[in-house]
Amino acid sequence: MSTIVLLTVTGLGLAALYFLVASGLSLIFGLMGVLNFAHGAFLTVGAYGTWWAAGHLPGAGSTGWSFVLAVVFGVAVGTAVAALVELALIRPLYERHIEQVLVTVGLSLAMVALVRAIWGADARPFPRPEWAQRTTSLLGANVPNDRFLLIGTAVVVLVAVLVLLRSTRIGLVIRAGVENRTMVTALGIDVRKAFTLVFAVGGAFAALAGSLGGVYLGSISPGQGTSLLIFAFIVVVIGGMSSITGTAVAAVLVGLVQQYANYYAASGVGDLSVVLLLAVVLLTRPSGLSAKVA
Amino acid sequence: MTTQTEPGPPRPAPSGGGGPVLRVAGLTCAIGGAVIVSDVSFDVAPGEFIAVIGPNGAGKTSLFNLLSGLMPATGGTVTLAGHDVTTASPATRARRGLGRTFQSSSVFAGLSVAENVRLAAQARLGGSLRFWQRVRPDDEAQQVATRSLERVGLAARSRDLAGSLSHGDKRKLELAILLATDPAVVLLDEPMAGVSIEDVAGLTEVIGAVHREEGKTVLMVEHHMDVLLGLADRVAVMHHGSLLALDTPARVTADPAVQEAYLGDAL
Repeated sequence: MSTIVLLTVTGLGLAALYFLVASGLSLIFGLMGVLNFAHGAFLTVGAYGTWWAAGHLPGAGSTGWSFVLAVVFGVAVGTAVAALVELALIRPLYERHIEQVLVTVGLSLAMVALVRAIWGADARPFPRPEWAQRTTSLLGANVPNDRFLLIGTAVVVLVAVLVLLRSTRIGLVIRAGVENRTMVTALGIDVRKAFTLVFAVGGAFAALAGSLGGVYLGSISPGQGTSLLIFAFIVVVIGGMSSITGTAVAAVLVGLVQQYANYYAASGVGDLSVVLLLAVVLLTRPSGLSAKVA
Repeated sequence: MTTQTEPGPPRPAPSGGGGPVLRVAGLTCAIGGAVIVSDVSFDVAPGEFIAVIGPNGAGKTSLFNLLSGLMPATGGTVTLAGHDVTTASPATRARRGLGRTFQSSSVFAGLSVAENVRLAAQARLGGSLRFWQRVRPDDEAQQVATRSLERVGLAARSRDLAGSLSHGDKRKLELAILLATDPAVVLLDEPMAGVSIEDVAGLTEVIGAVHREEGKTVLMVEHHMDVLLGLADRVAVMHHGSLLALDTPARVTADPAVQEAYLGDAL
């Protein structure tokens, strides 16, 4: 029983990480039609920003509120980088999808190279709050607290995004824009501002995933964002490309399947299982689990 | 070659005083070597109803796309209420008072009927991009949305998903969306397309009421000649991207060149 509990909570923790990355990807693709291969770079920026702040920023550190300050710094840097990327590189290329892919892939490679050039290719130990390093007993299993941190954060983000989409003015614009950008523009709404906002929010979630991924994995490395991005893309496709609720369900499925397969089959089988899950969903529901944005 | 004639005496354009609400001068669009719209010029008086007709591929929808900014003009100018909007974005033109519907039904199927219209009201009233501002059931945008839905007879369906409406009701919803933006000039691109025979009369009545009672200036592309001839002050005939004629319905239907190009034996 304790093994099941541990596997489930760990799978949900991983799912939370995937959701944080995939939710931004999903919103960006849904509203803007941009497959953002640079999204992993925002995760890397957030992770290294938090790591740097914990060691150098006055007031920031690896315990309590000082760690929260370090995370806020990392997320702020990730958000700013995402907004700049949208304004400088994506905006001039609206509706030019091939060029967008080339630019975002290039940016992703360049960002990894830049981080590697500044801080080296080796993994760096990540500052982990003491609370996150302890365990909590749950139904006989000693579950590391960082899993709860990840799950709690993802739930808060999910609820916040759903409230934004369903209950605010800009949420209405985003849901309409996902369906028909041309119509929204024809109504007189400057949808480009919504694009920048969604891109920045997506970057913030990815940067947050970078910070919390560091806590979960215990270290950060320049290529971490890219490897997590692959699973995030799978989650987005399974979830329905532009559906936040679909993305959340898909993230849980992928996280749990990966954990259980890795444990009960063999290490590495989890990744293969996720690809099989993707194939099954695409064959049975080609448009993914959900077509509804929120 | 552009032919332009003055509005004829039988159906005078309602005078709004001052200049035209829409002035199109030498409007041209060429893509590659193909000229889609060629040197089109005409004025539209405030409150006037102009029907735009022509065979398939004549450039009617392209003309609407140029007017609304969805296609860039390669020549000529578009002046809306005295402002040159030739290079303005679709959003800017919409904010200056140009509203349009599309040839294919273009409502937001995943939003409720009320949300569709509310979005348009938000666009007019401003503040659409304020992420901290909640959607309130009693705010001004909602009141505008409710009035617009009542105007087209869809108030009872406000909570339904727009995608669940019949085609005719979707066309009415498009009109409600337009009304909520309170445009000075309304471009209707084949509003009767795909609408059942039973719904045509109701939709025609709604469009006529919007024109007569609210004083909207309307340009409408339509193939239902009986509908157009009952509504239009003037009829513009497009042919091969050019404006072949612009005159009262009586004169246009009697024009041999028009009959040869488009109307044929139908009249």
